[in-house]
Amino acid sequence: MTYAVELEDISVNYGELEALKNINLKVEEGAFLGIIGPNGGGKTTLLKVILGLIEPQKGTVKVLGYPLNETIDQIGYVPQISNFDRNFPISVLDVVLMARLGGRVRFFHQYHKEDVKKAEAVLDQLNLLHLKKRQIGKLSGGQLQRVLIARGLAVEPKILLLDEPTASVDASSTSQIYELLKELNKEKTIIVVTHDMAAVSSYFDSLACLNEKLYHHGDKHLDPETTEQVFGCPVDLIAHGHPHHVFAPHGEEAKND
Amino acid sequence: MIEAILDFNFMQNAFAAAVLASIACGLIGTIIVEKKLVMLSGGIAHTSFGGIGLGYLLNIEPIYGAFAFAVGASLAIASIRRKIGTGSDTLIGMFWSLGMALGVLFIGFTPGYPPDISSYLFGDILTVRRVDVWMMGALTVFMLLAIISLFNYWKAYLFDEEFLRVLGVKSTLLENFLFIMIALAIVILIRVVGIVLVIALLTAPPAAARLYTEDLKKIMGLAVVFGLIFSFSGLTFSYYYDLPSGAVIIITAALFYFGSVVVRGSNE
Repeated sequence: MTYAVELEDISVNYGELEALKNINLKVEEGAFLGIIGPNGGGKTTLLKVILGLIEPQKGTVKVLGYPLNETIDQIGYVPQISNFDRNFPISVLDVVLMARLGGRVRFFHQYHKEDVKKAEAVLDQLNLLHLKKRQIGKLSGGQLQRVLIARGLAVEPKILLLDEPTASVDASSTSQIYELLKELNKEKTIIVVTHDMAAVSSYFDSLACLNEKLYHHGDKHLDPETTEQVFGCPVDLIAHGHPHHVFAPHGEEAKND
Repeated sequence: MIEAILDFNFMQNAFAAAVLASIACGLIGTIIVEKKLVMLSGGIAHTSFGGIGLGYLLNIEPIYGAFAFAVGASLAIASIRRKIGTGSDTLIGMFWSLGMALGVLFIGFTPGYPPDISSYLFGDILTVRRVDVWMMGALTVFMLLAIISLFNYWKAYLFDEEFLRVLGVKSTLLENFLFIMIALAIVILIRVVGIVLVIALLTAPPAAARLYTEDLKKIMGLAVVFGLIFSFSGLTFSYYYDLPSGAVIIITAALFYFGSVVVRGSNE
């Protein structure tokens, strides 16, 4: 079968530092996957490998069964809002329209009517249409996050990739955003990088735990006991559910169930 | 003064230079300010002094030397910056003084009396020649076309380069292109305000314009208008009171910016 995202034996080094080591990950189509792990564990690096922003030293990336460069338009990316200069002079609609630029530079490019319609439709779907003329600095954190999700959706992707979507928003926006993602998950594969453990238990249908290596956890089954093990990720992880690989932290393969 | 512009060649040149400089500073200045490349642009400007010295030494037009050094420096900074990631201010500082040092050295080697370099350091709009105007004009038209024809991409690049890369757009091409344009803008402005003062003319008009509007296109347009006001104030004072034009332009620009901040608040 084809997977939404298939990573085979991915390794990434930054100079001497190993960020990712022999990562194998298969994400089924329609999954709602959470990638969790400690800071510096390579979550963002993994995301950037899937997006083609970082070329891995080793391994292959396939998206929907094809090499990445053929299917990059099938991925909608939602970056962290803390990466942005919120004072930048751009309106909500213009942010979303960016998604319609396409992969090739064309001189005297103008957005078509359909592009604007698509952008407005997505904004409407996310209850943001009334804000379309607003400069992004005048939005709340939760609103800006949803604008970025709208931009990711305006690419019309099959897969939506989010980097810490709830890192800088308040609690009520957090649940609003996950409800939205759950809704979007009916049609799209969704992959979220997060340290938000509350979301882990209630929304995702599968989990991957990352700290340099991948301690993949196909299923989520998170009782308090497991939660603790997930937090103590580099040390060990006890098996629950199916496709499951547990590696010992010191390099030797421990077991497989 | 208007009669003088009609009658005298040097005033026509000064007038044209003021207009062209305002367009350059409005367009490129806005990009520099929004992409936070102000210090980097200062580094490129100062590096170009090395080219001016080399021009004197080799007995070619100094501004061509400045042109070559500015383009070389901007591409070098761009590529080294990509390699070492963030923390490019050390690199910029290095280029900044290295360029100045090279300029001083080359001028030292130049036989005969040392040339008067103050018009390159601080600008003198009344000494702009016809050939300078033609060069400035050509560069300005090129920049104008480059920015208008790729406007949507520039906007996306300034706001979120990474997303553009995810879409498959080669953002390093845009970046190199932008750095070359910064070099061009600096060369255009050197004749008017000089190497040392160029940064203020690149930043004050767009920064002031930002206080009045939240739309990138309008910021660029308004910055051009502000640039015109500042340049003509410099031209006027320089003509009637024999004041140094570069200094007057910069002081007007700075006063206008601070005034705008007081009037408009910090726009938060």
